Amino acid sequence: MAFLQLQALCKRYGPIDAVVATDLSVEQGEFVSLLGPSGCGKTTTLQMIAGFVDVSAGRILLDGRDITHAKPASRGLGVVFQSYALFPHMTVRDNVAFGLKMRKVSAADIERRVSRVLELVRLTPHAERYPRELSGGQRQRVALARALVIEPPVLLLDEPLSNLDANLREEMQFEIRRIQREVGITTLMVTHDQAEALSISDRVVVMQAGRITQIDEPYHLYEHPRTRFISGFVGKANLLRGDRDASGAAQVRHEPGDGELVLSLRPEKIDLVPAGTGRLQGRVVMRYFLGSQWLYRIETPIGEITVVRRNDGDAPMNEGFAVGLDWPSDLLRVLSVDEVPA
Amino acid sequence: MSVLRDTGRGYLLSAPALALFFGLLVLPLALTLVLSFNVFDYEIGVKGGEWTLAQYANLLTDSYFYEIFLRTFWISALVTLLCVVIGVPEAYILSRMGTPWRSIFLILILTPLLISVVVRAFGWSLLLGADGLINQAIQALGGRPIKMLYTPFAVILALVHVMLPFMIIPVWTSLQKLDASAEQAALSLGATQAQVMRMVVLPQVMPGVLSGTLIVFGLSASSFAIPGLLGGRRLKMVATVVYDQYLSELNWPMGAAIAVALLLINLLVMLSWNRLVEGRYKKSLGE
Repeated sequence: MAFLQLQALCKRYGPIDAVVATDLSVEQGEFVSLLGPSGCGKTTTLQMIAGFVDVSAGRILLDGRDITHAKPASRGLGVVFQSYALFPHMTVRDNVAFGLKMRKVSAADIERRVSRVLELVRLTPHAERYPRELSGGQRQRVALARALVIEPPVLLLDEPLSNLDANLREEMQFEIRRIQREVGITTLMVTHDQAEALSISDRVVVMQAGRITQIDEPYHLYEHPRTRFISGFVGKANLLRGDRDASGAAQVRHEPGDGELVLSLRPEKIDLVPAGTGRLQGRVVMRYFLGSQWLYRIETPIGEITVVRRNDGDAPMNEGFAVGLDWPSDLLRVLSVDEVPA
Repeated sequence: MSVLRDTGRGYLLSAPALALFFGLLVLPLALTLVLSFNVFDYEIGVKGGEWTLAQYANLLTDSYFYEIFLRTFWISALVTLLCVVIGVPEAYILSRMGTPWRSIFLILILTPLLISVVVRAFGWSLLLGADGLINQAIQALGGRPIKMLYTPFAVILALVHVMLPFMIIPVWTSLQKLDASAEQAALSLGATQAQVMRMVVLPQVMPGVLSGTLIVFGLSASSFAIPGLLGGRRLKMVATVVYDQYLSELNWPMGAAIAVALLLINLLVMLSWNRLVEGRYKKSLGE
């Protein structure tokens, strides 16, 4: 049986359903992300697991124990908040030691465990500082250390990186993953940033309007998005009309008009070939330089298509240039149209 | 800012406020200080050109004044303590209320400030008097009437009532700055609700409690209307004694000397309290 289990979990705020019949199983040591736009119920789900929000219906099981209605303190979970929620009147060491003091751990043990966890998050030199004297990334590490020191069965991260600037965010992603691996702790992270979810999770849970719409490993999620919403939310996608050919394989319809299928084609899967060859003809409308890549917007008879090509050092195509587009037909993904009403 | 400073326009802009401050506060205080050193004669009155330390000598040697000052300060200290005990939890509950109720209760707390202290003091004397409402109720139930009016009890009760908003508002302001998730964090780390209050909330609202105590203590120690109306002729506090000296004894220099002494002692108490509390919390909470 899974280590952490949500069974038909629901949360209603008056007439509004914030979370609807959510089922999720998280294995021990797994890193799972809850991904979705704001208001999709991911934070509410996390808060129900942490015990800050009452559960309307359903059950939460931790290692076989029903914790649905347990007090936050008795769940013993480690929580890292979006705002970090550090105690501003305590030093880093006192912040980290707080949970151990509440557990009446002996002074010598507190000293030992706090030092070890500060080592783990690389904050030993800042132990006597106050939170306001630290940078955003350092505060984040304090919050992580404070949650980890009590050796919780599950670590809950609520948008842990959204208050950091872009460079630091990437660095902390890898840092969180390193620490999670080192400790081997079961982790559930809430995020609205798909890149964050894809890069460090074992599995990603996509939520939309209070429901889970897809649970998959990051690579599989990216390659096989189930719905139109997911294909646009996780990575970039060209949405095309299509139908089935004689053999039953999906194909793009080249004449404008209603196709019966909605297809998704990732921009980096499209090859640019000399004009007159390929499956589709077009003209470069705009190009953007992204450093390692070029992003082209290409006007075609079936609408504007985004193409991403690796920057291989050759001169890029100019705007107005006529090109042909080609792609392996097995990389077209058929999307389900039965979407959750937003 | 530097433009204002360099051209002197800043001084010009603050001139009206400075003039008001100088004319209504500094000048009268200086005159009071001068008056306290003037010679007083019961036959003639104040002798403008002659100087003496007799008033201050009197103040230091007469045990009557010691008693008055001591009483004023213990009553003020007790009022301050009661305001902390009642006001801090009240402010906390207020900050946790939902949208319509919070503003309603905040206004309810502030409305007493809109009613004259004198009116409120009379209200209390109607309740607490020898045949006031409370004693009538006690007698109706077969008990013996209790003396409440003209006792420290009445003065303290009324002062707490008047001063409570001055404690609640600064504490409420510091509560606004609190990160609610810090309390959730403490709960998830195994703290009980009481521990969260004591170890997380209270230390963070100490600056508000400090300003509240300073305001309440200062206003209580120099309060006049409530001790005057509810303390009566027997239970004197410093401000009522100053009033007596000025208007009954007509000994203005003595009244001035007591007023100066009250100001100085008040200042001393408040400054040392401020240092004591701020010293403990400044390092951790910053400016």
